Amino acid sequence: MQRVAASFAGHRITWVTTLPGYREQVPTDDGFRVVHDANLQRKLGLVLLALQTFWTILVTRPDVVISTGAAPGYFALRFGKWFGAKTIWVDSIANVERLSVSGAKVRRFADLWLTQWPHLADDDGPEFAGAVL
Amino acid sequence: MIFVTVGTQGSFDRLVTAMDEWAREHPETDVFAQIGPSESEPEHFDFQRDLEPADFQRHLENASAVVAHAGCGTILSALELGKPVVVMPRRADLGEHRNDHQVATAERFADLERVRAVEDTAALHRVLDELADLEPAARIDAGAQTELLDRIRSFIDG
Repeated sequence: MQRVAASFAGHRITWVTTLPGYREQVPTDDGFRVVHDANLQRKLGLVLLALQTFWTILVTRPDVVISTGAAPGYFALRFGKWFGAKTIWVDSIANVERLSVSGAKVRRFADLWLTQWPHLADDDGPEFAGAVL
Repeated sequence: MIFVTVGTQGSFDRLVTAMDEWAREHPETDVFAQIGPSESEPEHFDFQRDLEPADFQRHLENASAVVAHAGCGTILSALELGKPVVVMPRRADLGEHRNDHQVATAERFADLERVRAVEDTAALHRVLDELADLEPAARIDAGAQTELLDRIRSFIDG
């Protein structure tokens, strides 16, 4: 995400991550929130994550939500959309052969739905507009 | 120093043996390897079976080149540091992985001219012999491609 940060420079930013250690890597003026890490194999964790993400969206009321994945990003886009935010999904470049599970599921909630691999782009699918490397 | 890593998905004897053969002929080149549970133990360079993340990162940073299985995480970590990367994808028919997705990953990154992909020992040796000519030209800078940044920026501001 930091690799695309230049695209939203100048805006007020809140970073949402599962790793508290990233605090040092973002500007101190930016917002910073930690949510629980979870995936489809950890249902209870998913519920907690969903609640935390919902709360985060509720109190920060973002104009734009942008994510590279996975479950936290899915919830952030979904709830962001409910509150009228523009939503952007940049599927991780690690997904070389197919879109991530969260990337596929988030489709309905992503206003801008990007893959970083040209061969995964499709008229009916995600758009390719370059990569983070 | 050439840093060799087989990742955390099990043994990769073909790569370890190929590197050992090459190192035997090139004692002037330092090699260090993370070999996982591979059965063949290198005789011509130091190795560890597993590395803590911090140690892994330190070896990456110290490396003049990285030779690895075609794991996406490894490739991206090495590219972020601007290291020349040579990958040998794990093959399902040799029991090195459940499927051939590493072959596909290696081809995709090779198409982007980000890594050199080698399919066998002979190809690996050829590429290593040329390593002096291998430039970290494909070094990725701290940001994404301009096209991607422009697309996101215009969407946000549009």
